[in-house]
Amino acid sequence: MHLILFFLFAACCLAGAINLLLQTHPIASALSLIVVMTSLAVLYLLLGAEFLAAAQIIVYSGAIMVLFVFVVMLLNAGREERTMGSRSARVVGFPAVVVLLAVLSTLILRAQGLGTAGLDQGITSTQDLSRVLFHELLLPFEVTSVLILIAILGAVALASHGSGDPHGNPERTAQQ
Amino acid sequence: MSFLSQDVPLSWYLLLSATLFSLGVVGFLVKRNLITVFMSIELMLNGVNLSFVTFAHQWHAVKGQIFVFFVMVVAAAEAAVGLAIIIAVFRARATLAVDRIDLMKL
Repeated sequence: MHLILFFLFAACCLAGAINLLLQTHPIASALSLIVVMTSLAVLYLLLGAEFLAAAQIIVYSGAIMVLFVFVVMLLNAGREERTMGSRSARVVGFPAVVVLLAVLSTLILRAQGLGTAGLDQGITSTQDLSRVLFHELLLPFEVTSVLILIAILGAVALASHGSGDPHGNPERTAQQ
Repeated sequence: MSFLSQDVPLSWYLLLSATLFSLGVVGFLVKRNLITVFMSIELMLNGVNLSFVTFAHQWHAVKGQIFVFFVMVVAAAEAAVGLAIIIAVFRARATLAVDRIDLMKL
């Protein structure tokens, strides 16, 4: 059963990722990314990470992708034009990706002592997770809340720049 | 039916994670739209997260999962700021094509 679920959702994951590359419209890419993230949530559940599976669906396929879809809608992003891309990407980038994937696969396949994942191997409960998070790692947790606050302020400052400014450039306000 | 009831080796999960990361890098290089380039970065982050969860399962370590939690938090902050930057860039240049946003290119 674990094998079937793994193959099913790994296939969904890869199909979504490849579809993200092939689609030319940003909204289609965003929807394929949602497929990837939701299949990854199922894979997390298969690995026994129940809290992360829920967080993956809520944070990634919920919040972040809604943000992406909103921006696509707001900027009225159309079909992207296909160009040849930069020369450095062709010369250095793609060989580097192939080498990276080859090296990683070789290392993974030759690694000794990697276990297996089964359905009966138990799950990490949210209780265990929160015990470590709120006892040993309380300070990093609080620091991330400051990070989120700064990110919110930065996002608001960046995105609202010029729109509410009465002394702003009239050309820029006309563009909006 | 014994084939179907057997466990999955963790190396397959790691291979999937490496493949997702590489597809993210390819998307970063291939895509010509600023928003989809940003989506490719999210794909790379997800690929790395999968390997974190796999190793947390391998070593029965909770901290690996907590690391994924922190990555998610940082990714959310990064998405908010990044999309705000994309909106600011669109206001200034009225385009999303990365080929036309080349002011800092040599």
